[in-house]
Amino acid sequence: MILTVLHKTRYEFATPVGGIIQSLRLTPARCEGQKIVNWSVDVPGAVIGELFSDGAGDHIQTVSLRNLTSTVEVNVSGKVETRDTAGVLRGHRERVPPRAYMRNTPRTEPNRAIRELVEDTLAVMGTASALDRAHALASAVHKALPYTPGATHAHTTAAEAMNEGLGVCQDHTHVMIACAHLAGLPARYVSGYLNATEDGSPHEASHAWAEIYIDGLGWVGFDASNESCPNDHYIRLGSGLDAQDAAPIRGLVLGGAEESLDVTVVIEAQQQ
Amino acid sequence: MLSRTAANLYWMTRYLERSETTARLLDLGFRNALLPNTGGGFRNEWSAILQSKGTLQNFTEKYGDLKQRNVESFLFFDMDNPSSVASCITSARENARIVRTALTTQVWDAINTSFQELKELMRRERSSLEVPELTDWSLRTAAQIRGAIEATQLRNDGYRFMNLGYAVERADNTARLLDVKYYVLLPSVAYVGSGLDNYQWTTLLRALSAHRAYNWAYGGELSAAQIAHFLILNPKFPRSLLSCSLEVNEHLDHLARMYDRATPAQEAARKLLGELAEAQIEDVFDEGLHEFLSRMISENAGLGQCIQDQYLTGEAR
Amino acid sequence: MSEAYFNEMYDGNGLRPPYQGLEGWYQDMPTEFRAFKQAEAEDLFRRFGITFAVYGDGGDPDRLIPFDMFPRVFAADEWRRLERGIKQRARALNAFLSDVYDRGEIIRAGRIPADLVYRNEAYEIAVAGFRPPLGIFSHIVGIDLVRTGADQFYVLEDNCRTPSGVSYMLENREVMMRMFPHLFQENRVAPVDNYARLLKRTLASVAPAKCDRDPNIVILTPGHYNSAYYEHSFLADLMGVELVEGQDLFVEGDFCWMRTTQGPRKVDVIYRRIDDAFLDPLCFRPDSSLGVPGLMNVYRSGGVTICSAPGAGVADDKAIYTFVPEMVRFYLGEAPILENVPTWQCAKPDEYKYVQEHLAELVVKEVHGSGGYGMLVGPKADKATIETFAAKLAENPGNYIAQPTLALSTCPTFVEEGIAPRHVDLRPYCLVGRDVELVPGGLTRVALTEGSLVVNSSQGGGVKDTWVIAEE
Repeated sequence: MILTVLHKTRYEFATPVGGIIQSLRLTPARCEGQKIVNWSVDVPGAVIGELFSDGAGDHIQTVSLRNLTSTVEVNVSGKVETRDTAGVLRGHRERVPPRAYMRNTPRTEPNRAIRELVEDTLAVMGTASALDRAHALASAVHKALPYTPGATHAHTTAAEAMNEGLGVCQDHTHVMIACAHLAGLPARYVSGYLNATEDGSPHEASHAWAEIYIDGLGWVGFDASNESCPNDHYIRLGSGLDAQDAAPIRGLVLGGAEESLDVTVVIEAQQQ
Repeated sequence: MLSRTAANLYWMTRYLERSETTARLLDLGFRNALLPNTGGGFRNEWSAILQSKGTLQNFTEKYGDLKQRNVESFLFFDMDNPSSVASCITSARENARIVRTALTTQVWDAINTSFQELKELMRRERSSLEVPELTDWSLRTAAQIRGAIEATQLRNDGYRFMNLGYAVERADNTARLLDVKYYVLLPSVAYVGSGLDNYQWTTLLRALSAHRAYNWAYGGELSAAQIAHFLILNPKFPRSLLSCSLEVNEHLDHLARMYDRATPAQEAARKLLGELAEAQIEDVFDEGLHEFLSRMISENAGLGQCIQDQYLTGEAR
Repeated sequence: MSEAYFNEMYDGNGLRPPYQGLEGWYQDMPTEFRAFKQAEAEDLFRRFGITFAVYGDGGDPDRLIPFDMFPRVFAADEWRRLERGIKQRARALNAFLSDVYDRGEIIRAGRIPADLVYRNEAYEIAVAGFRPPLGIFSHIVGIDLVRTGADQFYVLEDNCRTPSGVSYMLENREVMMRMFPHLFQENRVAPVDNYARLLKRTLASVAPAKCDRDPNIVILTPGHYNSAYYEHSFLADLMGVELVEGQDLFVEGDFCWMRTTQGPRKVDVIYRRIDDAFLDPLCFRPDSSLGVPGLMNVYRSGGVTICSAPGAGVADDKAIYTFVPEMVRFYLGEAPILENVPTWQCAKPDEYKYVQEHLAELVVKEVHGSGGYGMLVGPKADKATIETFAAKLAENPGNYIAQPTLALSTCPTFVEEGIAPRHVDLRPYCLVGRDVELVPGGLTRVALTEGSLVVNSSQGGGVKDTWVIAEE
């Protein structure tokens, strides 16, 4: 499938600020499931550093702008050819050992509710394979947190989302990571894009899901929000320990604060 | 040189100069208060002094009534008053401490010793301290530090930034002191040329350590025009606006040569010097002394900002 | 003092050779003269401005650490062996770091458990797969040593991040040379004053490949409120490089720049004295204002070198410490010259059991602790203290390791009544760049309290000048 992406992020400032600096993880890396046809990241007026690959295989670059007056725009546009690999990440060049993804951050730290969810789910599974257990956990998280936009915020932790009993893809992913760690499986946060699913179930075009490391298979994606594995409707941007660590844009406003943020993402499947 | 280091050196000397000026103002107020209460009365004089430092509101919020003892404490000891002698010395020493390695041992010793002595003074019973002792100490300390800088610092860019700090602050302070006398201090125009007027001029000259110099230069007769000339346009008087401007230019020119690059700061400094060098005292009075001084204060501040932007932020390219 | 401790000046046969040049000096010193000299030393230290704590001891930054004038002396042959051992260890630690951030051969070979490394907080995922210039992660390795016999040295711990205290090594020597010049005429004391030059050379040798001129080196300090600020400014001054704070640097494009009075100037090598977590708010702690936003991107794309490399801390973790001799064998194919102190990992149930049963004989430390806090010195503790500690230990055994109480060697030290033996340790500073260098000396810390084995300055420790007698 050919997916086209148009992703605009617009920052507005009421008063002039000293500048802005961002680390962008906005360029998908090549792997078996995705081939980049064309891709561009543009920040008008900014100094843009060269793309480099980090140890996790993500494409990263630095942008900075000095003495801003009113607005900054980060414009991403591109075309990616995707293929369904049943969620398995193959052909992705990375060098971080999977065992390094056993650690939690404050956002993925489990609480009692998460521990119970894992215990209840796995108790009935006997000697099921790691893959089956991961699937079962994804379904359990999906049921435990009905998709509810606005119920949580950007800094909600896995534990808080569990207490709330509601969430969006970020919360599902955090809880999923906490669950996987309790089950002894390395897990990480993946950010990317999602094209409308065929059945029209709710989703965000800017999306997040978890990857769990299964011995013998490697990293496998689990989208607890949609109770599925990523397929050719997904574009993978990068990974990290949690939402902050894997954020497509991580930035800082120097000498001031941003007034408002406006994000639009349009994903379309091109007719073939 | 690191911009922050330059900034620390520049602000160190600005604070040193400011503490000296506050001490001079304290002296001015103290001497004025010895006058018999005429017209507006001494309360107005203290209020004028606080106004000139932009700290009247600070003071009334903290102390209410303008009691002389309180004003003295406020101007010398009060750490809540950012331009008190104590605040300025502390800030200067803090700036110096950060750039300790850019200073000679003699300069650091002089600054550090003044800070230690200040702490001694602050520990002493307030009633045992008379204003003249405090102002004498301030002026002596200031001279010692300045002397150590002149005698021992390498003539590198750091030295230039120290002197720029002194000169920019001094120009501002001289303009303000003169403005206090002329515009704020005198209760009404009717007093111009009166005994009170003359006494206040003399006091101002004394506070600037310029009393005898003025007599030598102008033959002893006090006149507003001559005093204004002395404090604004006389290149022989080291606190005149012209002298300060000459100094700013000298040090900025050194920097331009050293860095092989001129910036808008040199341009701004030359423009201000051009005006002061050409000006006649009649022009100043035509414009109105207060108006002229206000304009000078703001142009000098603009020049300070320009130096800040060009050298002290590290942003200029 | 019991005979159980090795006395570095006297053994069974009398005065040991390295100390022979000091005979006469201290015996003939009148008490008044000694007091006078002691005051002079203190005055010199105040003048230099050394008033900071060592090794994160905390406490009052304006406090002076007591200086003991009696030097600690090593013979040339003693030092030769130490030097070989220290350099060997520094090379092995760097080989380990460059391996675990790459293919992890030592883990694949089953010589170190994967989780001990990869789940370690100090293992930085952000730099996995990145090879710093020359593959070096730890450019200044501080190795803490204790001596228990004529030929017996143990490594207490390794410091691969930013070991502090080197300014004491240099200033102690400076003060001694000023006060007792004749001692240096009579003894062939190897000089240490080229440390700053070697440090600068080391830092320059790891400039990034993108740097095509004389590298611009800076020292990054958390600021003048930091207790080691004096050391930072001292080293910057000796090397002739700028001492910068985070606010003096900024990232633009693929490089890091320094704000100067002549505009931005590119920075090539940063000797940082701040922790990983604070280096870059866009990569680590987002609330850090001590670091430089974007720095890690510049580092990982080869625009700047950070010394020590972010992530170097995984090599000096107390849980990893046990495996350093293994690293020496695995990477260098050599037998370790310096021994580790036998260590029980409380994370392992059988070893924990042993520790529980022998608390009164052991020193128990937190895995991540430093500065002598949160530790139990069994033989010195009363019953109640041991019980309280046992309860704390039971809460999280994995957080502790235990070691036997070592019979630390003693060195003569000036005390009230004259000269008395006091326990000492040693921290030499090994530099790793294109070459591996070690100046002949280090920082000797001394426990000034009689019988005390704790040399930390926060707990009554002092410092001494450390001499190595030059080869004939």
